[in-house]
Amino acid sequence: MHTLVDAHGQASRSALNDPKWVRVTLTSIAVAFILLFLCAPLVLVLYQAFSKGLDAYIHALSDPDALASVRLTLLVAVATVPLNTVFGIAAAWAITRFDFRGKSLLTTLIDLPFSVSPVISGLIFVLMFGAQGWFGEWLSAHDIKVIFATPGIILATIFITFPFVARELIPLMQEMGFEEEEAALSLGASGWKTFFLVTLPNIKWALLYGVLLCNARAMGEFGAVSVVSGHIRGLTNTLPLHIEVSYNEYDVIGAFSSASILAALAIVTLILKSFLEWKQGKG
Amino acid sequence: MSILLSNISKNFGQFAALHNVNLEIPEGELVALLGPSGCGKTTLLRIIAGLEAPDQGQVLLNGEDKTAEHVSHRGIGFVFQHYALFRHMTVFDNVAFGLRVKPKKERPSEAVIAKKVQSLLDLVQLGWLADRFPDQLSGGQRQRIALARALAVEPNVLLLDEPFGALDASVRKDLRQWLRNLHQELHVTSIFVTHDQEEAMEVASQVVVLNQGQIEQQGAPAEIYDHPANAFVSKFIGQTNILNVEQNDMAWLVSAGISADNRHGAVAHVRPHNIDLQKASINSDSPVLLKDWQHLGATIRIELFNPQVKGGNSCLFAEMPNERFKQLNLNRGDKVVVNIKQAHWFN
Repeated sequence: MHTLVDAHGQASRSALNDPKWVRVTLTSIAVAFILLFLCAPLVLVLYQAFSKGLDAYIHALSDPDALASVRLTLLVAVATVPLNTVFGIAAAWAITRFDFRGKSLLTTLIDLPFSVSPVISGLIFVLMFGAQGWFGEWLSAHDIKVIFATPGIILATIFITFPFVARELIPLMQEMGFEEEEAALSLGASGWKTFFLVTLPNIKWALLYGVLLCNARAMGEFGAVSVVSGHIRGLTNTLPLHIEVSYNEYDVIGAFSSASILAALAIVTLILKSFLEWKQGKG
Repeated sequence: MSILLSNISKNFGQFAALHNVNLEIPEGELVALLGPSGCGKTTLLRIIAGLEAPDQGQVLLNGEDKTAEHVSHRGIGFVFQHYALFRHMTVFDNVAFGLRVKPKKERPSEAVIAKKVQSLLDLVQLGWLADRFPDQLSGGQRQRIALARALAVEPNVLLLDEPFGALDASVRKDLRQWLRNLHQELHVTSIFVTHDQEEAMEVASQVVVLNQGQIEQQGAPAEIYDHPANAFVSKFIGQTNILNVEQNDMAWLVSAGISADNRHGAVAHVRPHNIDLQKASINSDSPVLLKDWQHLGATIRIELFNPQVKGGNSCLFAEMPNERFKQLNLNRGDKVVVNIKQAHWFN
């Protein structure tokens, strides 16, 4: 775009070009807000984590309970993300490609985890699988532990994170229509080939974006997991729970060094997210 | 491959898109499915392709019942209205797609595929675009690539949904001609959907006129034009003057050449080129005046007006060659003698 220059040699202002003081004020407010509420806490986390030096930081992270919580968090993510990826693709496919009864209900239900408080999400599983829950008797009779054990944490995390992939894909697939898939079928491709050769390449960036957000939430979820985990050290504490426990026990270095891992995860997520958005925008 | 449709019906909810359609298309024809929007022509095409299943009726290709056959096994080539090129693949990969997805046993080697794709791209005169992506092509180029892609699997039937609908007027003219030539070269049975009667008449060897989910008439373009089966076809194909004949208004039309003895209905359709004019002398009792005319290139369109008649029958449109109009030396407001050479009667 080139600027129009009027007779006095000054760049003429377009309708949306507000006076300078407006622009400066609005920009300053936004920047100040971000510094105060986003950057300052992040710096503080790192400051606290390293307040006793690098050795203390490394020592805190190599604590067996801290390591166990990292392992459990990774396990939860590995179990949750693929399942929700498959679910998200299936749901987006069904909603955008088929007409069926209850389609709008399904669309609404996908958003349920976003509208329900995570604590309630956790409680649902306690009510279903806890000792006094619906399946409690049957589970204890067969010696299967769900609540206060890894399965419960995974279930709660699946519940919390299942909208992410579907919500990225549905608008995109709606906008794309299905002519390309019909074209592939008319050329003799099977359903699977059509999916892998035509659909998947078209949705891949949005899919990765959804997976990324899903993963970030799966690793960072606190509320629902806190309800079902039982906070057993070294066994059912995920990274966010480990941070809370450490902090409550005045182990500041332990809490903040673990928190720095989650903060690093957030930054990596952010960078990947911008990359994916850029990729999506391009094609 | 010949196509036979028997008793095809299709409903979308309460809406009857197609109602008991019977259609026979002999091998090698280039057929236009012509009708106003919403008449069911695209649905019919999609049913032949297998992209849509009829609620009732059968689709026979070469005498075999293919109603239950999946689209990927029907051996058809389908060209979509908006081309539906695979946006993440190059032109070459788009055209090669149909060959590459064949089961291992039938799949040709990459060398054979490359040769075939190149010859198809040459056929559509776009060999130099092989490495481009669809969004780098113009509308007309995409259309031809979509056609090449459909032809790659050597379909027995080629189906085209509004093939020229999304193109500029000038590109459209060229492509019509090109499609007709291509059909003469390949001789594959082809059906295309259009709402443009001029396009149908120009390109097709057979025209099928559809309206409200039913076939109104099928025939060669000349037959449909000269002998429309009903008022809808007459109105839809070409220009026509529609005269609601009531006794009061009849007199001047009779004197203009419509014979009351030949009438078979309440409505007379008169093609503009079936109206001839003479300049009337000043004291002629002809009531018709020349109101205005428009220059359409080779022909002149003339608006005639009868001030003694009230309502819809007071205006007539005539058309004649440029030369003849010059000879008549007519001006606005001149009295003219009208001679209606032919009329079609409908109820």
